[in-house]
Amino acid sequence: MLLLIKYTLLYGIVLMLVALGGMFSERSGVINLALEGIMSIGALAGVLTLCFLPEGMAPGLIVLFSILSSALAGVIYSLLLGFSAITLKADQTIGGTALNMMATALAVVIVKVVNGTASAKLNYSNTAFIFDFDLGNGNKLTLNIFLFIGLAILVLAALFLYKTKWGLRLRSCGEHPQAADSVGINVYQWRYIGVMFSGLLGGIGGFAYVIPSVSTWNFEVGVTGFGFLALAVMIFGQWKPINIFGAAMFFAVFKSLANIADSTFLASLGLSKNIYDMMPFIASMIILVLFSKNSRAPKAEGIPYDKGTR
Amino acid sequence: MNNDYIIEMLNITKEFPGIKANDNVTLQLKKGEIHALLGENGAGKSTLMSILFGLYQPTSGMIKKNGVEVKINNPNDANALNIGMVHQHFKLVECFTVLENIILGVEPTSGPFLSTKDARKKVLDLSEKYGLSVNPDALISDITVGMQQRTEILKMLYRDNEILIFDEPTAVLTPQEIDELMKIMKNLAKEGKSILFITHKLNEIMEVSDRCSILRKGKYMGTVDIANTTKEELSKLMVGRDVKFAVDKDEPNPKETVLKVSGMTVPSKVHKNNAVKDVSFNVRAGEIVCIAGIDGNGQTEFVHALTGLEKMSAGKIEFKGQDITKSSIRDRSKNGMSHIPEDRHKHGLVLDYTLEQNMVLQRYWQPEFQSAGFIKKGPVREYSEKLIEQYDVRSGQGPLTVVRSMSGGNQQKAIIAREIDKDPDLLVAVQPTRGLDVGAIEYIHKQLVAQRDKGKAVLLVSLELDEVMNVSDRILVMYEGELVGQLDPKKITVQELGLYMAGAKRDKVPAEV
Repeated sequence: MLLLIKYTLLYGIVLMLVALGGMFSERSGVINLALEGIMSIGALAGVLTLCFLPEGMAPGLIVLFSILSSALAGVIYSLLLGFSAITLKADQTIGGTALNMMATALAVVIVKVVNGTASAKLNYSNTAFIFDFDLGNGNKLTLNIFLFIGLAILVLAALFLYKTKWGLRLRSCGEHPQAADSVGINVYQWRYIGVMFSGLLGGIGGFAYVIPSVSTWNFEVGVTGFGFLALAVMIFGQWKPINIFGAAMFFAVFKSLANIADSTFLASLGLSKNIYDMMPFIASMIILVLFSKNSRAPKAEGIPYDKGTR
Repeated sequence: MNNDYIIEMLNITKEFPGIKANDNVTLQLKKGEIHALLGENGAGKSTLMSILFGLYQPTSGMIKKNGVEVKINNPNDANALNIGMVHQHFKLVECFTVLENIILGVEPTSGPFLSTKDARKKVLDLSEKYGLSVNPDALISDITVGMQQRTEILKMLYRDNEILIFDEPTAVLTPQEIDELMKIMKNLAKEGKSILFITHKLNEIMEVSDRCSILRKGKYMGTVDIANTTKEELSKLMVGRDVKFAVDKDEPNPKETVLKVSGMTVPSKVHKNNAVKDVSFNVRAGEIVCIAGIDGNGQTEFVHALTGLEKMSAGKIEFKGQDITKSSIRDRSKNGMSHIPEDRHKHGLVLDYTLEQNMVLQRYWQPEFQSAGFIKKGPVREYSEKLIEQYDVRSGQGPLTVVRSMSGGNQQKAIIAREIDKDPDLLVAVQPTRGLDVGAIEYIHKQLVAQRDKGKAVLLVSLELDEVMNVSDRILVMYEGELVGQLDPKKITVQELGLYMAGAKRDKVPAEV
């Protein structure tokens, strides 16, 4: 049971972070299908930083620098989407898909160059990120730093979106950009901000996915479809921060089942582990079929804003 | 220097590639007056206002405020000069509240957070002062069009705008709401606001404005005092010739029933209720029946179900005695139903096809136009040339013109030519004059009456009150998907019709006459 909680929190926070990123982008009017790619790039930058930081550095600084670099890499990568979708007014679906394909390839090339071999794996130490929480009776729950970062970001995101003027402006750009423009709001600028938020959170999310559970990562698999799962979380969460938190935890339970399949009572059921691996994706399909009809996406998302059309 | 004028637009010329939208236009607005700007569609009214609001830059000419030249590069500059605008299509975010929409862009904050307390008070004070009743916490998607418009007006007042531009504000309102708007506008002018009122409705100009400037084809035709002019004079200035307002027609001579609709119910695509609820009526040969109503009361869904574009969930359609409830669109068309659709770009034309291809869209499969699956070019060309001449469809390259490049009026004429030439027994015309100028409207109304006089049944769906009153022989009012009144245009007033359209009055509609 503790194991289930541990993995649910781990995956839930990752999904939530990335889905919140997607939410900011879509609320500003840009569909962000590139979350998967942004996560890979963020994970790569964070892990590389981790590998190159001098040994013996204070753990706090290690955590800070590697997270910052994953965030920065995510932002820079997301700017490619912003440039194509906002400045060039290109089709956002195609742009996002292209970035997804490029991200894994880019990560593999960089890692192979760094390694100097044909292996796309990186080894790293994750001890600075995780710690045990003593529950008494010798029971320990392993938590990681991203739990607290994630919860703080959740609160900040909700406050930003609903309680500040910037949130109001960002949302207006995703709903009715002409209206926003007519009251002097710079739609292009806010859409860039939305996309950059998605890069920031997507990058951190990618790093948060690879770090706490393992100490080696093969970049040939990207982030194993977590970016797409985050999109489902965002839709299930109706583009609202608190709902996204709930949706992320819901999906995380399914994802965690796969991790504990061999070690707990689930093993006695004799089902293939592959079935558990498939569960979050099957759940997302079912849920999207059930909920997409009533979902209320930002009205103007996916439509490049052109000042000329009024 | 003359400081009587709060805003002057002097010798404004605006050229777009290939066209002069404004040609040496001058507009002078006095403080505290209501100044109408009159012109047909495409006369350059919107362009002129877009220049004043900072959306376009003039090619030449200058703008002065209180006698001092100013540059307006974007809406923010306009706002800084206290110029505000109610756009024809409201610029409101539907899932925001009224208050959020009003403060958007000029949000009051305390620290990093929004603080709406003072804003709410200011909005409530303004709404009381000018009689603009709104609920600040209601979502835009839940309130009436009239209240949305009041929100737009409050948006300007909240920003302390002195010069208020109203771009065709009455197009979406019921007669009662129009009366109310006129009162509000007079009130605003009395309080010292200066109003520019863009419209092509002469009655409203006569009622509310002090002076009127007229544009025709981008050129400035002059400014007149309303007190010393008549409707006829204004329309002559606007169109360049005398226009008949009334439609010439004799008494109808209705014969057998052509269309009989009973219990039609159509589900809505946007909400859970039905868009059309248990609608029953008939249309006879030789009469024009008009379905009147405010936009969005189920007319679109009704027409879609009637013509086969959408499925109905209950009810029956009989056409010339045959049950066509389940017939395909082509079968209905083949049997003699013609449809002039509401949205000519979406359902009327293939915009990137040529004119001749569009002319045979419904008949290219007939032996006349194809053999063994190949289209016969010759007959198609001849046929479309015939229609072009007969219906005076003007275009750059005749049958080979790409339809997208044609003007709205000529696109509409092309559809009318195609639909009427099929010699239909029932002509369904949905807002056939939408967005067209006075000349084209006159022409289309004549065609509808001519069809009726040939003994055809005509079903007109319209939002325009003048059209409803002038063209139809019998009016059915649709409100929230139901028929709420059957009226005789000769016996009722526009005001009475408005009460039905707004849902304030209703009576039982007989299924058959």
